Amino acid sequence: MASSQGSYRTGSLVRSPGSPRTLFNNVMTVVAFICGALAIIPLIAVLGYVLFRGFSSLNLDIFTQLPPPPLRKGGGIGNAILGTILMVGIAALISIPFGVLAAIYLTEFSNNRIARWIRFATNVLSGVPSIIAGVFAYGVVVLTLRNLGLGSYSALGGGFALAILMLPIIVRTTDESLQLVSDDLRQAATGLGATNYQTVLQVVLPSALPAIVTGATLSIARAAGETAPLLFTALFSTNWPRGILEPTASLAVLVFNFAISPFRNWQDLAWAASLILVLMVLITSIIARWATRQKVY
Amino acid sequence: MSTHIDTANDTRTILRTEGLNVYYGTFLALKNIWLDIEKNKATAFIGPSGCGKSTLLRCYNRLNDLIDSFRAEGKITYQGKNLYGSDIDPVEVRRRIGMVFQRPNPFPKSIFDNIAFGAKINGYKGNMDELVERSLKQAALWDEVKDKLKQSGFSLSGGQQQRLCIARAIAVQPDVILMDEPCSALDPISTLRVEELIHQLKEHYTIVIVTHNMQQAARVSDKTAFFNVEPTEKGGRMGYLVEYEDTQKIFNDPQQQATKEYISGRFG
Repeated sequence: MASSQGSYRTGSLVRSPGSPRTLFNNVMTVVAFICGALAIIPLIAVLGYVLFRGFSSLNLDIFTQLPPPPLRKGGGIGNAILGTILMVGIAALISIPFGVLAAIYLTEFSNNRIARWIRFATNVLSGVPSIIAGVFAYGVVVLTLRNLGLGSYSALGGGFALAILMLPIIVRTTDESLQLVSDDLRQAATGLGATNYQTVLQVVLPSALPAIVTGATLSIARAAGETAPLLFTALFSTNWPRGILEPTASLAVLVFNFAISPFRNWQDLAWAASLILVLMVLITSIIARWATRQKVY
Repeated sequence: MSTHIDTANDTRTILRTEGLNVYYGTFLALKNIWLDIEKNKATAFIGPSGCGKSTLLRCYNRLNDLIDSFRAEGKITYQGKNLYGSDIDPVEVRRRIGMVFQRPNPFPKSIFDNIAFGAKINGYKGNMDELVERSLKQAALWDEVKDKLKQSGFSLSGGQQQRLCIARAIAVQPDVILMDEPCSALDPISTLRVEELIHQLKEHYTIVIVTHNMQQAARVSDKTAFFNVEPTEKGGRMGYLVEYEDTQKIFNDPQQQATKEYISGRFG
């Protein structure tokens, strides 16, 4: 046994900056740092430019006025802000209850085989390009409304398309957060004579609430910025939203429409709309974080 | 709470186990258990790891129902009713037969709400403040927490958390309290306090306690059941009851060789 033993380099304890493995170590650290720095350049550049261009065209009218005709000064994008809030709201109303209940079924009640298939399906759904969700919403909502004579392009269709995009994010984050809740807690509640739903609603869900809210916020942030599925479900409008069955403006589509227009005043409005969109997402996240921090023990 | 139905001629028995076999899937985990738990006594289950003492404990409040592969044969009667009868609601069983777990597991709620939770879900009618105070006093925790009832249950020490869990179990006014190694995660001083508590609780409740600590069994229990385990041909492990007697008798004059060896520390 002893004869087959290998040996190690016998060196001193003093640093040797020139040794190959020290050199390799230092070079790789520098390369990793450069890559890390490069990765945040796009983020800083995009946010910085949006802030810079957006702030210069920001004023009170932006929030209260309708878009002006081309080449006319003034005006705002109030209808698009309202439209985005309206459609994201519709999407949240549809997707959050569905998604959370689906996740509760997955973690708490389903057997493993069914759960695996549903998880697989939601993962596939989260990878579906957003324009496909738009086509689906067009087929399900827009064409149905048209056949019923109730309208066609509408906030309802846009909200439905966004809900489909939000659903897998909510299911997955809720599912994961529920799985992280310790079984000890479920047993404690069951041991006190709680029914399944008393356990889930009063013990498991409150423990997982911060993570669920984070997931819902993420999905809202994603939905608010979507353009493609809204192009042929909600279309666009230069008027105030009058109901959920009317074509409705949104910030994302407004940015798309106005940014490619040749008119300077529209382009400025597109910058303002971009900034407001970014701020809306930011404020939503901050409020969600703040609201859940209060209740957590 | 105190009404008990006389089944056999023995009115002191509250839980009667008759020929119980427990299976996980196809594996027999507990074989042919006959064991009567007496009312207002503390009964200790001791034995080596894997002998099924916790499994048996969890049969008494049907907590094993949460395990998909679990199956029980035979009968467990509680005040004359078969707990595994088709007309029995396990949710109701668990209010009458409470449980304290190995690791303290308070809810992520305030100390007050930890106690009030069980009362609320079971439709308690009465003054909640009084119930919380009474339960915490019975669990010998009131003086330590009376000024911070709104604080999280997690803010307490491990021993306090376990007493909070005991208070939580008491609050739903059970007849029986099952304790699954309640002190194994606690330091010696907290253990002592919980043991003192068990002595006090015996006056009002029937206690069944699983423990790995033989001194603890000797200190707190009136009767002791010794379980052992043996490998089965199919590669599983099957637990069975070796001896069930007054604690004094088990520790001073065990009748079975295996019991004698186990309590003298020669195996397990």
